[in-house]
Amino acid sequence: MHELAICQSLLRDVERAAAAHDAVAVKKVVVAIGPLSGVEGPLLVRAFEIARLATIARHATLTVEAMPVTIRCPACGGESEVPPNALTCPRCGAWAVTLSTGNELLLKRIEIETGSDAAAA
Amino acid sequence: MCQECGCATGSGEVLVFDPASLVKMRAPAIKSIDVLHGILSENDRVAAGNRALLRSHGILTVNLMSSPGSGKTSLLEATIEALGQRHRIGVIEGDLETQNDAMRIRAKGVPAIQITTGQTCHLDARMIGDALPSLDLGAIDILFIENVGNLVCPAGFDLGQDHNVILLSVTEGDDKPAKYPVMFRAADLVLLSKADLLPVLDDFSPVKAEAGVRALANAAPVMTVSARRRDSLAPWFAWLEEKLAAQRASRAAAE
Repeated sequence: MHELAICQSLLRDVERAAAAHDAVAVKKVVVAIGPLSGVEGPLLVRAFEIARLATIARHATLTVEAMPVTIRCPACGGESEVPPNALTCPRCGAWAVTLSTGNELLLKRIEIETGSDAAAA
Repeated sequence: MCQECGCATGSGEVLVFDPASLVKMRAPAIKSIDVLHGILSENDRVAAGNRALLRSHGILTVNLMSSPGSGKTSLLEATIEALGQRHRIGVIEGDLETQNDAMRIRAKGVPAIQITTGQTCHLDARMIGDALPSLDLGAIDILFIENVGNLVCPAGFDLGQDHNVILLSVTEGDDKPAKYPVMFRAADLVLLSKADLLPVLDDFSPVKAEAGVRALANAAPVMTVSARRRDSLAPWFAWLEEKLAAQRASRAAAE
């Protein structure tokens, strides 16, 4: 989809969170992406390498936690992992299931360097 | 003590000496901060603003999505012909280039704003927000947003609409829901369009297309319609009337 635009949105969030904690640098950004989010993890990682450059995250790595697609079936109570385009309950065949995981597009956490313990010369 | 600069290296700490500032610093601490924030929030924020504005005027807003050429504009023309006397309709058109679709809508006597996106393959909330001031929102009951023809990208961008209606024409293949799960999961209604061609197509099964939608755990109604056959559109009109009535009821209840 639009991984570069999504990275820009991501980095605005990262900068906000970093500023709220007096970060001097961001070392790591961890996101969770599900197959039904419409976003491709590997493309996001490639776009991030460019999008981070003029930001506090310029030396940060992006880690993508790929989420499985799991459903919960109200008919039989089962929780199952399923393919993204076949969400029908594999245990009982009911189609009216709810999605437990699989459509995440989430900034989970960042690792920051806080202000140094500066001692006067 | 270090003979070079006088720092207390004998203490066992690792010190980083930065000549530029002449300030002695310890190796910086790394902190992990939980954020747990959905990405794409900027678009969502603008979309929420659009939604609030549209609902404050009691407007039912429908986002029409499909592949290019599935019949979105033709469906709108037929809908305007049938419902335009009873309800005040407005349209926002999205295309990469040309004013063609907005011109077709205006020829039916309905206000239409054309957004030309250049190379952008979807409408987003900011584009809609920028277009809304050009419409007299007080004079509209139903706003149709005809998105850019594209079964991939538009699904990811909330515009502020109430409902997503996805067209799938019978010439496109009945396995499209399985191929485009993100888009078809977003559907509140699926219209199998150009149904007047079914007699000459032996390989499109509306039953299979609907099964594909169900396999995405989506309970959205699936209707087989033709913009050329007014009677086939009756369930579509009924759906619109029902959604409009529901929106007015909830607005009245909130007041």
